[in-house]
Amino acid sequence: MKNYKIIVLAKQVPDTRNVGKDAMKADGTVNRAALPAIFNPEDLHALEQALCIKDKFPGSTITILTMGPIRAAEILREGFYRGADDGILLTDRAFAGSDTLATSYALACTIKKIKDYDMIICGRQAIDGDTAQVGPQVAEKLGIPQVTYCEEILKVTDKNIQIKRRLERGVEVVECPLPLLITVNSSAPACRPRNAKRLMKYKHSNTLSKRQENDNDYVEGGLDSYLTIKEWSVNDIVCDAKQLGLAGSPTKVKKVDNIVFQSKESKRIEDMDEDISGLMKELIASHIVG
Amino acid sequence: MNNICVYCELEEGKISDVSFELLSKGRSLATQLKCQLEALLIGHNLEGFEKEIFPYGVDVLYTADDARLSPYSTLPHTELTVNLFKETKPQIALMGATSIGRDLGPRVSSALGSGLTADCTELEIGDHEEKKEKKVYKDLLLQIRPAFGGNIIATIINPDCRPQMATVREGVMKKNIFNPNHKGKVVKLDVKKYVPEECFIVKILERHIEKQKSNIKNAPVIVAGGFGVGSAENFKLLHNLAAMLGGEVGASRAAVDAGYVEHDRQIGQTGITVRPKLYIACGISGQIQHLAGMQESSLIISINSDPNAPINKIANYVIAGKVETVIPKMIRYYKENTK
Repeated sequence: MKNYKIIVLAKQVPDTRNVGKDAMKADGTVNRAALPAIFNPEDLHALEQALCIKDKFPGSTITILTMGPIRAAEILREGFYRGADDGILLTDRAFAGSDTLATSYALACTIKKIKDYDMIICGRQAIDGDTAQVGPQVAEKLGIPQVTYCEEILKVTDKNIQIKRRLERGVEVVECPLPLLITVNSSAPACRPRNAKRLMKYKHSNTLSKRQENDNDYVEGGLDSYLTIKEWSVNDIVCDAKQLGLAGSPTKVKKVDNIVFQSKESKRIEDMDEDISGLMKELIASHIVG
Repeated sequence: MNNICVYCELEEGKISDVSFELLSKGRSLATQLKCQLEALLIGHNLEGFEKEIFPYGVDVLYTADDARLSPYSTLPHTELTVNLFKETKPQIALMGATSIGRDLGPRVSSALGSGLTADCTELEIGDHEEKKEKKVYKDLLLQIRPAFGGNIIATIINPDCRPQMATVREGVMKKNIFNPNHKGKVVKLDVKKYVPEECFIVKILERHIEKQKSNIKNAPVIVAGGFGVGSAENFKLLHNLAAMLGGEVGASRAAVDAGYVEHDRQIGQTGITVRPKLYIACGISGQIQHLAGMQESSLIISINSDPNAPINKIANYVIAGKVETVIPKMIRYYKENTK
């Protein structure tokens, strides 16, 4: 039976779903520190799809690749707790300010370095931008087909894979040869919880620099070297520096405005019977309803 | 050369509404830029579609007609679009932010190395000055969209790369016939020349397209609920009110994420954009992404126990109270007053 080499692309994102009152600073800019950083939800659905393949083909391996600041190692650890075998943190100032195209370029160069893979699985989109662009762009840069909006992987063989896609108004089942890139929808099953044994095993895993900071007895290549999360910089991949970061991003933010809605003359009423009766009479009289 | 091109999508043998909306917007941008409006239609049995497309002011319609190009599949449609754009070099390319456009757009932008902005809520033409280099860019496409948690509106530009690409959700732009007698020319593309054989490697084994369950986009009255509604059970109240008023139920993303209501009722930047006569917002705080999808409603009533909910600022009527208290009263007094 074949084993599959799976790369899961994941992103650490600010939790824009739970924006509290202090999410905005007084000057109208976003207070990132006030937003918890989480594993992008649809990327967790993607990880689950990879884990399901590993359940069926136990020799398969799952490597999570993420690009971000050092702190993003947190989601690799989270992935280990749930069953991922390996993790790579791509982190460098050179990637700062990347738009989706520059991000895809950096990820594609990293995947070319990893070289050996059968499938790449990622979430359809990240909640901080909702663009859904990075998956298809990575596939294009690698010259492999993409299957977007995956809800279920129906069948995997040595040569191809059958996937059920969730479209806006329907479903589609497609068959695609390997290797390919799959983006997973939130309608796919949620990720399994952390495994207690794996949690104990990997809770001290961290990047090399952090481990050296924290652990006095740290020995490179020692018995616990599985705890070292791979930390790759721009020097670890082959790439054209002009296509990275802000300089490699064709889209620029021209300006950012705070929202000021034209306040209407709102009429305030209470939830008392006479107020609501009056409102309904007005709506009926003006033929807005009825 | 350097025109505006709209990718027109076909769903079940019909051109999608979003494509006509983009053609309408494309026409006004083309007039402003004094360039031509082009459309690209890829599929099978395309004879006759030009009659639907030209009235939107399209000057050139490119068609690629081949049984293997229908239904939509990523690789052949990408290859065709990319190879055509390499020849025609459009300055602007627009696509619907649909299952198709969001699959095709990024792949095309990556192949052409051009920038793509997703889910724009406004498109304008304007200049940009790069102060550091003292360089002025004339007549750029200003791609405007809410960003980051919805508290800001960002204007995105692509100064150097062409085409400037944007996707727009259905319902955001208005569909307008430009001139019923407008005539353009049809250019039939030789599919073999544009799409290599190896692009047909993904097979579609099954396909079911469902009829739309709700008709929110055209409903005259919308009763929409947010996280503040509190439960799927409470959403029944909204359904009752909507049914009585001849309207539909909508929802904010928070309510959809909480599982109170199905996803196809989501209103806002990443859902449907609506312009009903009456919009009743129940327990919706009013993040900008939601407001972007409903602010053009003729009359807005907000029911909210928080007097400072942002949505109250754009509401004509603000009812301070709980959804489960207010809605039954609305139902009661509507019935009493229409008897």
